[in-house]
Amino acid sequence: MRGETLLRVEHLTMRFGGLVAVNDLSFTAKAGDITALIGPNGAGKTTVFNCITGFYKPSEGRVALAHGGEAAFAAIEEATEKGARTLSVGDGAIHLLERMPDYIVTQHARVARTFQNIRLFSGMTVLENLLVAQHNPLMLASGYSVLGILGLSSYTTRQREAVELAKAWLERIGLTERADDPAGDLPYGAQRRLEIARAMCTKPILLCLDEPAAGLNPRESLELNTLLRDIRDRDETSLLLIEHDMTVVMEISDHVVVLDYGVKIADGSPEQVKNDPKVIGAYLGVEDEEVAAVEAEVEGRA
Amino acid sequence: MAVFIQQLINGLTLGAIYGLIAIGYTMVFGIIGMVNFAHGDLFMVSAFIALIVFVLLTSVLGIGSIALALLIVLVVGMLLTSLWGWAIERVAYRPLRGAFRLAPLISAIGVSIFLSNFVQVIQGARNKPTPPMIRDVIVLFESQGYTVALAYKQLMIMVVTAILLAAFWYVVQKTPLGRAQRACAQDQRMAALLGVDVDRTISLTFVMGAALAAVAGTMYLVYYGVVSFSDGFVPGVKAFTAAVLGGIGSLPGAVLGGIVIGLIETLWSAYFSIEYKDVAAFSILAITLIFLPQGLLGKPDVEKV
Amino acid sequence: MAVLSQSTAAGAEARVPDRFVSASKDAGFAALVTLGLCVPLVTLRTDSEEGGELILVPRLGLTAALCLAIFFARLGYLLLWGKEARAARQPTSRKEAIKTVATPRHSLTTIGLPIALGFAIAYPLLVTVINGGLSEARYWIDLGILVLTYVMLGWGLNIVVGLAGLLDLGYVAFYAIGAYSYAILSTTFHISFWVCLPIAGMLAATWGVLLGFPVLRLRGDYLAIVTLAFGEIIRLVLINWVPVTNGGAGIASIPRASFFGLPFNDDDDGFAAFFHLEFSPMHRIVFLFYLILALATLTSIVTTRLRRLPVGRAWEALREDEIACRSLGINTTTTKLSAFATGALFGGLAGSFFAVRQGFVSPESFNFLESAIILAIVVLGGMGSQIGVVIAAAVMIAGPEMLRNLGFLKAIFGENFDPSEYRLLIFGLAMVVMMIWRPRGLVSTREPTVFLKERKSISSDLVKEGHG
Ligand SMILES: Nc1ncnc2c1ncn2[C@@H]1O[C@H](COP(=O)(O)OP(=O)(O)OP(=O)(O)O)[C@@H](O)[C@H]1O
Ligand SMILES: [Mg+2]
Repeated sequence: MRGETLLRVEHLTMRFGGLVAVNDLSFTAKAGDITALIGPNGAGKTTVFNCITGFYKPSEGRVALAHGGEAAFAAIEEATEKGARTLSVGDGAIHLLERMPDYIVTQHARVARTFQNIRLFSGMTVLENLLVAQHNPLMLASGYSVLGILGLSSYTTRQREAVELAKAWLERIGLTERADDPAGDLPYGAQRRLEIARAMCTKPILLCLDEPAAGLNPRESLELNTLLRDIRDRDETSLLLIEHDMTVVMEISDHVVVLDYGVKIADGSPEQVKNDPKVIGAYLGVEDEEVAAVEAEVEGRA
Repeated sequence: MAVFIQQLINGLTLGAIYGLIAIGYTMVFGIIGMVNFAHGDLFMVSAFIALIVFVLLTSVLGIGSIALALLIVLVVGMLLTSLWGWAIERVAYRPLRGAFRLAPLISAIGVSIFLSNFVQVIQGARNKPTPPMIRDVIVLFESQGYTVALAYKQLMIMVVTAILLAAFWYVVQKTPLGRAQRACAQDQRMAALLGVDVDRTISLTFVMGAALAAVAGTMYLVYYGVVSFSDGFVPGVKAFTAAVLGGIGSLPGAVLGGIVIGLIETLWSAYFSIEYKDVAAFSILAITLIFLPQGLLGKPDVEKV
Repeated sequence: MAVLSQSTAAGAEARVPDRFVSASKDAGFAALVTLGLCVPLVTLRTDSEEGGELILVPRLGLTAALCLAIFFARLGYLLLWGKEARAARQPTSRKEAIKTVATPRHSLTTIGLPIALGFAIAYPLLVTVINGGLSEARYWIDLGILVLTYVMLGWGLNIVVGLAGLLDLGYVAFYAIGAYSYAILSTTFHISFWVCLPIAGMLAATWGVLLGFPVLRLRGDYLAIVTLAFGEIIRLVLINWVPVTNGGAGIASIPRASFFGLPFNDDDDGFAAFFHLEFSPMHRIVFLFYLILALATLTSIVTTRLRRLPVGRAWEALREDEIACRSLGINTTTTKLSAFATGALFGGLAGSFFAVRQGFVSPESFNFLESAIILAIVVLGGMGSQIGVVIAAAVMIAGPEMLRNLGFLKAIFGENFDPSEYRLLIFGLAMVVMMIWRPRGLVSTREPTVFLKERKSISSDLVKEGHG
């Protein structure tokens, strides 16, 4: 199913009072891709994430996610008309994310996310953080706590599996040694990696990362690139990525969407986007026509 | 209709008293994010101070003019209650500045328990009736044999409340102290870095709240003519309710909330049952918060993710 | 104010006389403030004359005594424990001193509970031996029952406040619901205690859900006031709904609990006869002691287990960061509700016990002060810590009770002196002092619920307290 469309954002608009943070945005993300969402500060990137993950209700527009291949999109209109959140199509399903509360987006539509300012459970250990992420399957296994209190063995087995998954992720992010330390004690870079691992423990098919490389040193940044590629290639998870660090974006992303003042100004491969005058203009903060002049000026000085 | 107007007048009077107390809750909450649970008991303490000073002036010193006596009571009461407010902040809350949120709350509950029992031990457990103060009323109109009257003391309570509100509103909006308060409410550490004396600003906030509580205490005494050591809790909780109903942190909200609670109470007592007036007030609070989680005039608290 | 800051600025090298002078100034200032506070509240006592007129009784001596007491207390404090005194005593920086103390003590939290349980089991025997007889030990066993009741209530509220981080100021409502459920079911429908106990717990939990459902989306202090209001509403309904609750008079003659069917009386089919013991009213008291011990232990075991289950971890995660919880697919509403209901359940069970022990319930037992005491026990114990709650309950409940015994103070203050009059006054003061002394409670470290290699306690600086 790699290469098929996974996520379709259609005419997404988000207003806060008079402010239009996202304006009529449409784009798609493919399964097996790393799709990057870039743009200057305040462009509305985090707002797009919040709309996709159910934290904000968009003012207008539709956000659809297909499980089991893009064939499921065939049912998108039917689902919209029925007012359904989810509609099964064959062995796949279509999910209309804008209709779901945030926790359902993660639980049923299997979209996980991280936050621009890290949100770990700082008073809980690294291992506990990874177990909280497996809450829903564990809750089921504990018979909604009733059987768990009685100490049923089926739950114990399930819990052991959960710890194994956590251990595997600790191995991948290089934090095995710190498993029993409080998350708040970790250095910044490790906290970022832990947040990604925690999101991955929900077994998502789409992982949304909000500036994962922010605040990392160059070595950590390289390690992060490896980790993200590894997630794309080894796990059945596609990535949606907000990032300011252009080297990271150019290095790892397969597809780039550029936002400016809530409007999409470019959409394409990293190469295409890199040379788009509109994009350069947005980042330099000048009108399109002046880009050439400014570039010449910059080059002249250098 | 006549009954309704009379109840409206009574409700507004009661609401004014609640509003004055509620401002103390709201200001303190606004600036340090703490529920000053002892504020209701401070109000009770101020009523006692007013009572003692009033008796001292009229029966010991023999001042004949009630108006003059009340004026002195008000000023002395505000001063002494402010001192209480200052001392409480200094002893029980300042050491907990920056500590985790529940510690000052428990400390405040401790102060509240201390104050009411201190007054009980020191002044006795019995109700303290005052000599009647202002008995005259203005008859507004009569209809179907029912007289609608505005008592002078009700008029006085409303006028004094309005004047003081205007004064405090001015202080908070227009003076450097008010600016410092708003700066501390936003970010204490940053305010301190910019040269705002945070401790002093917070102290003054408590002093202002206490002074308003003293006004409320005096008015309460004039209105009801009796006070006891346990009279702090219920008005305190009502005023806190009013502050939350109006949107905690908002000064006009506190007054509006006070008036709403006062009206609910009197109207419910008049038309339904006096026993359930408090249940009605609390239920309306809960219902309002369910639909307007930030209260009537509070700023919606956006959850930026 | 100026004096205060000067004295701290004087630095560690201040010589002793200087220190004394600055401390005296400071203490003098404190005495002056006290004087201001005492005038007129203490100095003039209002008394009613025959005709109802108020008269003022001056009490200059008392005022002077209070001011002097504050002066010397402040002076002594500054000289013995003040910043400079401490600096003069130990040249090493305070930071270092703190570090050595702050190394996590696993022992207290892991072995504390079994030790406390062992002590509690032996307690009736112990006090019997010490007092030279079962009947003579009655006061102590009653006190033990009281403390254990608050331990159980503290543990119940700890789930809501300590684990889930939700501030509940109306916990006493669930205690009341449990008590009245048993009182009404047993007096009207003659249902036995053992049947009523679970019913009362379930009723309280149901009310927890009913209350929680609409209000749990409120944050922090809004939740606090709504729960407080709920507590007051329940109390007011108990007072005013006379046909069912008998109003302010309360419900009396509530049937006593039996020993699994054997009543505690001197009949032939009573407990004493069955076990061939000589009848003693103390059997029932000892039974009540072990009953509340069993209920409290149940609370503790269930809470400990829940903490290690996903739901318990979700509670703590909720306290740490609600938004992150939602991003991990956790339904925060049901999670909060489950915490609220579980806490209410134990409150209800404790309430039933209260009713069966007293044989009488009235709305007066369920006022806000009770909620405040239980909350204070939780916070003082250290949020989330079970052994902390035990210590805090013992200190907060047994301590003021001890005041009743201080008869010898009469010798000092005269025959009219009644120490129990000062019980709540001292209680309030103690709450303030203890919070200032330990703002994060007695046991503030958090124990992890699982570990790979080593169980390390988590320092309180990292543990959040929740916003809701
Ligand atoms: N909850 C909210 N309420 C009001 N305005 C909001 C809210 N969330 C975002 N905004 C506004 O929407 C605009 C876009 O914000 P957003 O956080 O999405 O930008 P961003 O692209 O993520 O920027 P950055 O690169 O700085 O993270 C900003 O002007 C912001 O102030
Ligand atoms: Mg952003």
